[in-house]
Amino acid sequence: MRQRYNYAFFDEASKREIRRAIVKGVSIPGYQVPFASREMPIGRGWGTGGLQVTLSLIGRGDVLKVIDQGSDDSVNAVNIKKLVAATTDVQTTDATEKATIVQSRHRIPERPLRADQVLVLQVPTPEPLRSFEPSEAVTRRLHAEADYTGAWLELFDQIVRFDMTTTGADHPVLVNGRYVMAPSPIPRFDNMKLHQAEHLTLFGAGREKKIYAVPPHTDVRPLDFDDHPFSVERFEGKRCRLCGAQGVYLDELVDEATGRTYHQCNDTAHCASRREKGAVHER
Amino acid sequence: MGYVAVRGGGKAIEASLALLEHERVRSSAPWGTEDIEGTFPELIDQVMGEASLYAPRLAALALKQAQGSPDEAVFLLRAFRSTLERPYVSRPIDTGRMRAQRRVSAAFKDVPGGQLLGATRDYSHRLLEFDLETEGPKELAAKRAAYERRFAEAAREVPEQPTELPRVLDYLRAEGLVPPRVQDDTAPVDATMAPLSFPAPRSVRLQTLARGMTQAVEALGYAAIRGFGSSHPTVGELRAGRAAVAVDHPVSPGGEEDAYYLGSVPLTEVESVFASEGEADGTDARMTFEVGYGLVMGRAETKAIAMSVLDHCLEHGDARFPTEDEEFVLYHVDGVEATGFISHLKLPHYVTFQSKLASARATAAARDEGEEVRDAAAL
Repeated sequence: MRQRYNYAFFDEASKREIRRAIVKGVSIPGYQVPFASREMPIGRGWGTGGLQVTLSLIGRGDVLKVIDQGSDDSVNAVNIKKLVAATTDVQTTDATEKATIVQSRHRIPERPLRADQVLVLQVPTPEPLRSFEPSEAVTRRLHAEADYTGAWLELFDQIVRFDMTTTGADHPVLVNGRYVMAPSPIPRFDNMKLHQAEHLTLFGAGREKKIYAVPPHTDVRPLDFDDHPFSVERFEGKRCRLCGAQGVYLDELVDEATGRTYHQCNDTAHCASRREKGAVHER
Repeated sequence: MGYVAVRGGGKAIEASLALLEHERVRSSAPWGTEDIEGTFPELIDQVMGEASLYAPRLAALALKQAQGSPDEAVFLLRAFRSTLERPYVSRPIDTGRMRAQRRVSAAFKDVPGGQLLGATRDYSHRLLEFDLETEGPKELAAKRAAYERRFAEAAREVPEQPTELPRVLDYLRAEGLVPPRVQDDTAPVDATMAPLSFPAPRSVRLQTLARGMTQAVEALGYAAIRGFGSSHPTVGELRAGRAAVAVDHPVSPGGEEDAYYLGSVPLTEVESVFASEGEADGTDARMTFEVGYGLVMGRAETKAIAMSVLDHCLEHGDARFPTEDEEFVLYHVDGVEATGFISHLKLPHYVTFQSKLASARATAAARDEGEEVRDAAAL
């Protein structure tokens, strides 16, 4: 390549500007900070927000882990890792415990993160109120006035129709008792990992040009009703076909040979480390 | 061992990129960027305009690399642009002093300074010219020489073109039928360096439309004049040509005379006129005219007109029409964002889908349970 790029792709002024947005986000947990999202060499909607956060933070001595849908080897995770590695000198890892920065799309690793680790989540739709209010000007006002009637009504409507809430991933949460926040499309299973966590979580939405944060030891409560408490995806009686794990988020797969459904750890690094330690599925 | 979903991503990507490059070299002619620039000037203009970067050679390179996909070429050029420093800001460009190659007004039969048809496809017949299929260097050279002779002769008979053409709409401004232009040289907000906020400053609106996906701006502009908008314009003036760009000395900025001339950029500018029925409360019963403004890089005339329509629409902001909703228009005309978000749907979504599946199964189980209870009650 004839063109050479600055360390971590961005010029230092751009990194500083992104870090300022991050600091503001950390200071106001759950508040979406608008930032001047840069055009990136990967697609808008393909992790540019998370990537900008990661690139603005990363430096010598950092170790990066990138996962996409729970997998280190997923094509887009590999692609993002490749770009960061090409423009910095940092090491990458699959092992959650070795990483200083974990960038992820739609999952929080099974292994709890420590205080010295930062989780960067890629966000497609940062606005939790967007499903019923298309206008950004209006949703900003609703947040300012903490008017979350619509968010509650949406859940209430589901209960009326189905006798239960039917949210999938991205179940809205109330952060620090103030802002309703989209936790990014992590499964409900992962929502409580944000509550009173040891680690800092940063959310980057590149196309929508927003950064927000959940600092360590912050209250994160999924929106729910007393008589319809929040519930997570259940995998009762199911365990990982490879390592036998239970109580983890499982992928549902079909064995092509037998046509039978089986389950497997979604967090591939977690599964691999269990198997290295000798865990097998006892049949 | 069972099949493990989407593993070995690294190797798959390497192989995919090799295959892509193989497809490019298999059928590509060894065209340099000059060939692409010379053969597809309007495509180059489109890519530069949507990328907000005047760099014909790089646009040609991007098109070559993108195998002719304008979306992809814009993407490449924008990603490159975002790494560039911007040490200087040019002096405001006076488009009134544009060297016009084309200037038409639909509002008047003749205008001060004259109509200038220039090179246009507007009155061409859209018949395939099969001769172009076999047009070789010899034919090209012969044609080139013949046209050069012809237009050199014609140029001798034409009087010197004025360096400054009056604006057609100034004629109506003098009568008070069009509101006067207020010279506003406050520094514009750079839409690529600041997030969109609403209501958007006009500078952001104009930039976003100018760098919008050509076809998206045209489609929304069309919708606005066809019925999903409140107005039908008359093109007061369309002018296309080159405008000079100059920067002040960074340490001791002086007047225009002391500024450094950098070169010129090709632009198309449109002022559209819309009839206005005055104030709705009847305080001003006069009928006047309003102006919509369009300015785009290169010879993108349709886009420039559509932009002027949308500028006027957004000035109005009638909530009945999506084309007059600032957020609807400005958020969705960006090509890189639209193609990025739509194409991201190809990424695996099995975690989120599994989550939705769990909810769907739960509702199905609850319904079955409910039916059993009802059936039992019926017995």
